[in-house]
Amino acid sequence: MDAVTSAPARIILICSGKGGVGKTTLTANLGIALARLGERTVVLDADFGLRNLDLLLGLENRIVYTAQEVLAETCRLEQALVKHKLEPNLALLPAGNPRMLEWLTPEDMQRIVAMVAERADFVLIDCPAGIEDGFKNAAAAAREAIVITTPEVSAVRDADRVIGLLNTRGVAPVQLVLNRVRPRMMASQEMLGVNDVTDILALPLVGLVVEDEQVIVSTNRGEPLTLNGNGSPAAKAYQNIARRLRGEDIPVEDPSKARRGLRARLMNKIRKTTGLF
Amino acid sequence: MTLFDFIQRLLGRQKPSGTMAKERLQLVLAHDRSDLNPELLEQMRREILEVVQRYVEIDIEEGDVSLETEDRVTALVANLPIKRARPLPALVAAAAAVGMAQAPDPEAQQELALPLACEPAEDPSPADPD
Ligand SMILES: Nc1ncnc2c1ncn2[C@@H]1O[C@H](COP(=O)(O)OP(=O)(O)OP(=O)(O)O)[C@@H](O)[C@H]1O
Ligand SMILES: [Mg+2]
Repeated sequence: MDAVTSAPARIILICSGKGGVGKTTLTANLGIALARLGERTVVLDADFGLRNLDLLLGLENRIVYTAQEVLAETCRLEQALVKHKLEPNLALLPAGNPRMLEWLTPEDMQRIVAMVAERADFVLIDCPAGIEDGFKNAAAAAREAIVITTPEVSAVRDADRVIGLLNTRGVAPVQLVLNRVRPRMMASQEMLGVNDVTDILALPLVGLVVEDEQVIVSTNRGEPLTLNGNGSPAAKAYQNIARRLRGEDIPVEDPSKARRGLRARLMNKIRKTTGLF
Repeated sequence: MTLFDFIQRLLGRQKPSGTMAKERLQLVLAHDRSDLNPELLEQMRREILEVVQRYVEIDIEEGDVSLETEDRVTALVANLPIKRARPLPALVAAAAAVGMAQAPDPEAQQELALPLACEPAEDPSPADPD
């Protein structure tokens, strides 16, 4: 961990506008996935009102200090950072008391993120829902952003609002993750299509996550899907997002256009193994 | 999709809901992005028509001013069918009224597309409840 050779950290805000669309799940899974790829990663819970990132990572019982004590200088940053047992490249900086919201300023956020960034390759900031102070504080500290949305009118509308605010704040690049995609509904046009959403929001798609029951199972356990090489569709999607963030060129597949059925799968297999057709 | 929906779609009576979602979003976002509500838009439409009428005779009933959005750029698109240009003296008077140096070409373009700021301005005031 020598600070001498390392490039400046990527500081990425994970935000959505609308609540409950998958920010915290993405932050936890992406954090683990990046760490597994060898990146020193810190995930920062900026949702001080309703903190949950600790729970999704299974670290809730190991919190001693939080961002609050670090800011008050009653503890050192190292004391507050919670390292993941199975993935030591990942550390969580827990959110403090909800009353932090009353006094926290954008400068406080910038200060704490700058401290964290000194020792990391990636800093992921789990943003609260909404576009009020919590969002503004978090956005002030971020360089780039991932906006996550589901293919639903209200989520897309709120995402658009957030994208506008990020643009005026000079946060760039801003990339999109489309979450909870139901391929069958999309194929029958009973859900906004992948291109509909990317056209409307005019953002590059950095990932697509299908609706996947395994997400709930992993949340119950406090073990993100990316932790154990789980082969579920969502796990693969989160891993791919991590690799794309590092610059790998992995095309995003539209699952509503994937050919289904035994014959199609067989043809696909033949095509892949032989390079024919 | 229920059987009823399916039949409605087969008969071409109902659009798939995904398509409706896209159309509704495009409309609502055009307004969100420009921060103009329908009332303000209507007021602006009337004022634009008023100004244009000083220069050319237009068909008020056919005149259409609307917001369109593509690639995060919202444009104010006015489609104003021109009946005929006003006589020159009237034009000069009108130009003077709006502080222009000279009267514009009466063969002016019929369609005006004015790109608006793509993003809503930074929150106008902290007190704004929005
Ligand atoms: N791809 C998915 N498939 C199935 N369930 C999902 C998926 N992504 C998220 N969920 C579920 O959606 C719920 C909300 O997820 P999450 O807490 O990550 O959202 P959030 O945006 O952080 O919410 P908040 O705005 O409250 O912070 C959770 O119950 C989670 O398990
Ligand atoms: Mg959350």
